[in-house]
Amino acid sequence: MGDTVIIKYNAGNIFSVECALQRIGANAIITDDKQAISHARRVIFPGVGEASSAMDYLRSHQLDSLIKSLQCPVLGICIGMQLLCSHSQEGDTDCLGIFDVPVLRFDNSASPDLKIPQMGWNTIDLQPGSFIPQQCDKQYTYFVHSYYAPLCQHTSAVTNYILPYSAALQKDNFMATQFHPEKSGSVGETILKKFMEL
Amino acid sequence: MLAKRIIPCLDVKDGMTVKGVNFVNLRSAGDPVELGKRYSDEGADELVYLDITASYEHRKTFIDLVRRVAQAISIPFTVGGGIGSVADVDRLLSNGADKVSVNSAALNRPQLIDEIARQFGRQVCVVAIDARFTDGQWVCYEKGGRVKTGRTLYEWAHEAQERGAGEILFTSMDHDGTKNGYACDALRQLHQQLQIPIIASGGCGNASHIADAFKTGLADAALAASVFHFGEIQIPTLKQHLHTLGIPVRL
Repeated sequence: MGDTVIIKYNAGNIFSVECALQRIGANAIITDDKQAISHARRVIFPGVGEASSAMDYLRSHQLDSLIKSLQCPVLGICIGMQLLCSHSQEGDTDCLGIFDVPVLRFDNSASPDLKIPQMGWNTIDLQPGSFIPQQCDKQYTYFVHSYYAPLCQHTSAVTNYILPYSAALQKDNFMATQFHPEKSGSVGETILKKFMEL
Repeated sequence: MLAKRIIPCLDVKDGMTVKGVNFVNLRSAGDPVELGKRYSDEGADELVYLDITASYEHRKTFIDLVRRVAQAISIPFTVGGGIGSVADVDRLLSNGADKVSVNSAALNRPQLIDEIARQFGRQVCVVAIDARFTDGQWVCYEKGGRVKTGRTLYEWAHEAQERGAGEILFTSMDHDGTKNGYACDALRQLHQQLQIPIIASGGCGNASHIADAFKTGLADAALAASVFHFGEIQIPTLKQHLHTLGIPVRL
């Protein structure tokens, strides 16, 4: 039985995820070591960054095929979620394709008062069977993003900003949130605790 | 719906909170980590820590503080004070800060905003602007409000946005410390002229002032210091008040 691994790559915010896990009494290894990742008990794929440069980094370190092949529970966060989608408009880049949905830029031309990026706390509506605990339904979580995944068959939570979009996605062992559970107070901690029990 | 944000601001000198704090039931009222945790538990949406330490030796104390805040607190926080280079920003972010706020250094060398946005993303870069209404226009000040510049609020805010600022933190020096309310007209102008979020600062005396900053000033977030530190505004009561007025807040 391996450990929980946080994938280290060229995206920020990894220390925040590590701190959040420590606050709930969990531990994780931060590494880009392929052996460690492939033998992990569970994997967290976090990030704050830009899609095309993040994909370039993953490809050049052969982390792209490794992430796709993971069988353990995987949690993508923010850019980590977007990289698990099929394609991103940000830098017009092909992504890992776990979730069969493209990532698009918010278009606020019809509602210029809604600023881009969305920055702050917004509510999530859980879909049936969501990996997110039921007590988090309709609760506020913290978002910072300019690109979004539209609603699709993998949507497991919905948020409304300019339009309803995927606040969380899930497919088989892959789970992902557009918001930052590590920065979402007690709601975020509930979600991380649940993931750490998988 | 995206909630309006309430942001307590903590001024930190040599690792301790300054601007009198009179919470009786804190073990150490001066500990910025403990105070931040208390605000977070009470429902603050973000925190701002401003390092007002002058000397270089104490920078290390502040970095250590940033790290302890990141470990203790589960909401986003911004750090500011004396940030002049991408290397400064890198140090703060890698120790767990979510955003940085730049002020004087950006006025002196506006490319700093481009550099921060390019390297870390624009959501990281808060541009703080201190301005005073003088001879019919809002004039920007640097060095903590001590030195007048040749820049004016709207043109500088616009340039900051174009260069990659993720948010503008606007402090009206005319209103700061008066407890008579925020500069709602200027906030509204900023909202109308810019596409990025605006944080209102300076002048908060009661909950109605915060409601005005949102309703009249159309601000995205409201920052205050002493009203929170002295317990004149309790965050849960404030948020209930805003909710009653139909303002979206995280309860």
